[in-house]
Amino acid sequence: MTTSTLFLNARVLGADSENVLVENGRIARRGAPADCEAVEVVDVAGNIMLPGLVDLHTHLREPGFEQSETVLTGTQAAAAGGFTTVFAMANTNPVADNAGVVEQVARLGEEAGYATVHPIGAVTEGLAGERLADIGGMAASRAHVRVFSDDGKCVHDSLLMRRALEYVATFDGVLAQHAQDPRLTVDAQMNEGEVSARLGLTGWPAVAEESIIARDVLLAEYLGARLHICHVSTRGSVEIVRAAKARGVCVTAEVTPHHLLLTEEFALGYDARFKVNPPLRTEEDVIALRRAVADGTIDIVATDHAPHPIDTKDCEWDSAAFGMVGLESALPIVNKTLVQTGMLDWSAVARVLSSSPAEIGKASSAGSLGEGAVADLVIFDPHASRVWSTSDLSGRSLNTPYAGIELPGRVIHTMRHGYFTFHDGNLRDEALVAADAQKYGHLSSTQTVAKD
Amino acid sequence: MRHLLSTHDLDRDNAISILDIAEDMASFGHRDVKKLPALRGKAVVNLFYEDSTRTRTSFEAAEKRLSADVINFSAKGSSVSKGESLKDTAQTLDAMGIDAVVIRHGSSGAPHLLAHSGWIDVPVINAGDGTHEHPTQALLDAFTMRKKIYGEDSRGKDLSGVRVCIVGDILHSRVARSNIWLLSTLGASVDIVAPITLLPHSIGAWPVRVWHSLDDALASGCDVVMMLRIQAERMTHAYFPNAREYGRFWGLTAQRYRRLNSETIIMHPGPMNRGLEISSEAADSPQSLILEQVSNGVFVRMSVLYSLLTGAKGQLA
Amino acid sequence: MSATLLQSDDVTRALTRIAHEILEGNKGSSNLVLLGIPTRGVHLARRIAGILERIDGDTQIPVGSLDVTMYRDDLMSNPMRESALTQVPVDIDGKTVVLVDDVLYSGRTVRAALDALTDVGRPAIVRLAVLVDRGHRELPIRADYVGKNVPSARGERVNVRLSEIDGDDVVSVTSGGDA
Ligand SMILES: [Zn+2]
Ligand SMILES: [Zn+2]
Repeated sequence: MTTSTLFLNARVLGADSENVLVENGRIARRGAPADCEAVEVVDVAGNIMLPGLVDLHTHLREPGFEQSETVLTGTQAAAAGGFTTVFAMANTNPVADNAGVVEQVARLGEEAGYATVHPIGAVTEGLAGERLADIGGMAASRAHVRVFSDDGKCVHDSLLMRRALEYVATFDGVLAQHAQDPRLTVDAQMNEGEVSARLGLTGWPAVAEESIIARDVLLAEYLGARLHICHVSTRGSVEIVRAAKARGVCVTAEVTPHHLLLTEEFALGYDARFKVNPPLRTEEDVIALRRAVADGTIDIVATDHAPHPIDTKDCEWDSAAFGMVGLESALPIVNKTLVQTGMLDWSAVARVLSSSPAEIGKASSAGSLGEGAVADLVIFDPHASRVWSTSDLSGRSLNTPYAGIELPGRVIHTMRHGYFTFHDGNLRDEALVAADAQKYGHLSSTQTVAKD
Repeated sequence: MRHLLSTHDLDRDNAISILDIAEDMASFGHRDVKKLPALRGKAVVNLFYEDSTRTRTSFEAAEKRLSADVINFSAKGSSVSKGESLKDTAQTLDAMGIDAVVIRHGSSGAPHLLAHSGWIDVPVINAGDGTHEHPTQALLDAFTMRKKIYGEDSRGKDLSGVRVCIVGDILHSRVARSNIWLLSTLGASVDIVAPITLLPHSIGAWPVRVWHSLDDALASGCDVVMMLRIQAERMTHAYFPNAREYGRFWGLTAQRYRRLNSETIIMHPGPMNRGLEISSEAADSPQSLILEQVSNGVFVRMSVLYSLLTGAKGQLA
Repeated sequence: MSATLLQSDDVTRALTRIAHEILEGNKGSSNLVLLGIPTRGVHLARRIAGILERIDGDTQIPVGSLDVTMYRDDLMSNPMRESALTQVPVDIDGKTVVLVDDVLYSGRTVRAALDALTDVGRPAIVRLAVLVDRGHRELPIRADYVGKNVPSARGERVNVRLSEIDGDDVVSVTSGGDA
């Protein structure tokens, strides 16, 4: 049986309206005639079509923290945000430091079907920063791990970092560093500056991030290894990455939507929804980060989606958990901070939220809307503005910092491998998505590997 | 004014009003019957997550002199130490029908959270939170200075033209923060003396003049020297090398005391480390107002309780 | 709408009459202490004491102030009140204390004053002198010495201006507005 969907009047990458035909999980025809045969015809009425978004930095929390999120609920949040591929961070319990855990996470993703899940492997055993994790084993596993990170913790020991960069390169992987000098950030609660001094909260100085990035780009340069920097948050970090790229260092960098929008001033009410690591910085940093995305110094936007139960946020600031959910709100925030400000056009948005993260993470089937590509795509109405609320969330946790803030744009449809995961503003039913995933899951590379 | 959470958010009129009412409270303090009926039938909870006998006793005396019912809820031996959250504790107190909370907490912002979370709907008084603020201490310090300078004519006065020198661990001191904001609001000029390790990185944004040498600061002339308590644990975390060196450079030693102008007021929020940040000669001198600070603490806290607990909800005078 | 009830001369005459009545009731000025209720009661007490001293030769009549704010029964229902000073110049135990206020209305201020007085000492006799009694008592309290009885409606407002504070002596009644 052939399934097909014809999208009418889609502004692909923001260009002029055209019709796009999807057949058997792939983009069959761009510029198709309006009357061509299709099982389902969807008029998207001039809304933007982008390749399905790819998040290189998601915390799905399973196994171990299912009260916060599961692979199923996390990928539902992804679908609601227009994401079709997510890279799941390794700081689960047990830690994703061996083939068993990463294969389990990948399998849960395949079964749920809301997004392609690429597990990220830990760099060190138990994220303890002492011995290398089973990097080769995870790379060769059915989960086909290519991104390694101790995120949540910094690979701080210089010798271990050197070895990790070299060993990860051996398996064609990339090391994603959470840059935070642990000694400079003991008990740190928020950005160090005038606001932290006034609030009496221990500061997290910019230099604790910048000094690690500086060291790591020098190591990467010396070793000729690939390095990815997670959640760059300061102007100084941007300068270091820019200089390294100018010298030809093989470094890529990401920024989170919240660091593109929010500043440390949000901590003034001691509302722990704004507590995140690295912390919200200053207006000056926000401006530098936006410019860095515009000029390519920062390669991608990644959410650092970090779900937490309500009790860990509804408490004293210094006992609260770090992190905020971000999958559902990512595209509206990129719209607000980069598109509406004239810094990026829609094809550049597709680059920073889809093709570049796919490339960094070696998710080869993702990130394209060319004929023959796997049909992962999102339809976005950039003008449907709304005041954000927890009812806009589809994951298990409610720790969004944007409640009450007006965010522009709305995801209308998300399609993965030719079937809808999010349709007309609503998540599609779990059973239907799981059934479709069984039929078309083989199209993405992970599953192809999984078959042999 | 519904709560007293910080002096940063306290305007001049409210600050002067609290100090003036404290003058009246002080006038009652000298007669035989010290108790006033103003808060009769009101229940005030002292919610202390940190041990502080001095502050708790002072609040308790203030509450009792105003005839309030006092409920002491300390962290030791209560459900608090068994991991009950601030939220659960607040909701429990709310269910008990109390009228105000005096909270001392190790986390900066805990009083703010209590006041604005919606868990409980009563006035909240910050009795010291983490390294944030200790507003009643600053108010009693300002009251003590004003009384010393203006005596019986204190009412309505601010501290314009007064130079106050605060010495010690500014970085970790809630007393210093509250004093810096309040003294500035009241028109005083504030000088800060500390090694750079004990200053916030962004001290430049504060309305203070910074000195690293105590001798230079004292030689420049000031009306009040306020010494802060230095905690021993700061040494182990490399803020300064050892007690001897701290005392030598930033302590109010006997020699430094003798060089002071005889009009200069000496203050300390207590408890003191004698021989470390302050010598006994200075602490016990006639210029020292350390004991006045303690007695004035009760009057200022009475004034704060009176100001927040009387009057129809939402209305301010 | 404002109508004048007492002019400057009327106020002086009323206070003089009160002074004479106090002397009469007390059989002289011995043992007398005058305590005014802030703010205007204190000034009235001082004036009455001045008149007493003139009538009775060279005796000094002790005058003080008695703040009743902390003793009020309406602290929780009205905007926060700033308190005023209590200054009692002599030991009042066994004395005849005359409380002085400008306007007697509900009687609640006087009730608070009696409570406040209890915490200061134990007078032998307590009397009450007011410049204006406007009626509408809510408590079983009456004045011993009244400058002028002014029948008023609840919605009206009786304003007392004294030269020490307001520049001139006038008692007037304003209708409406403050009902
Ligand atoms: Zn991280
Ligand atoms: Zn993360």
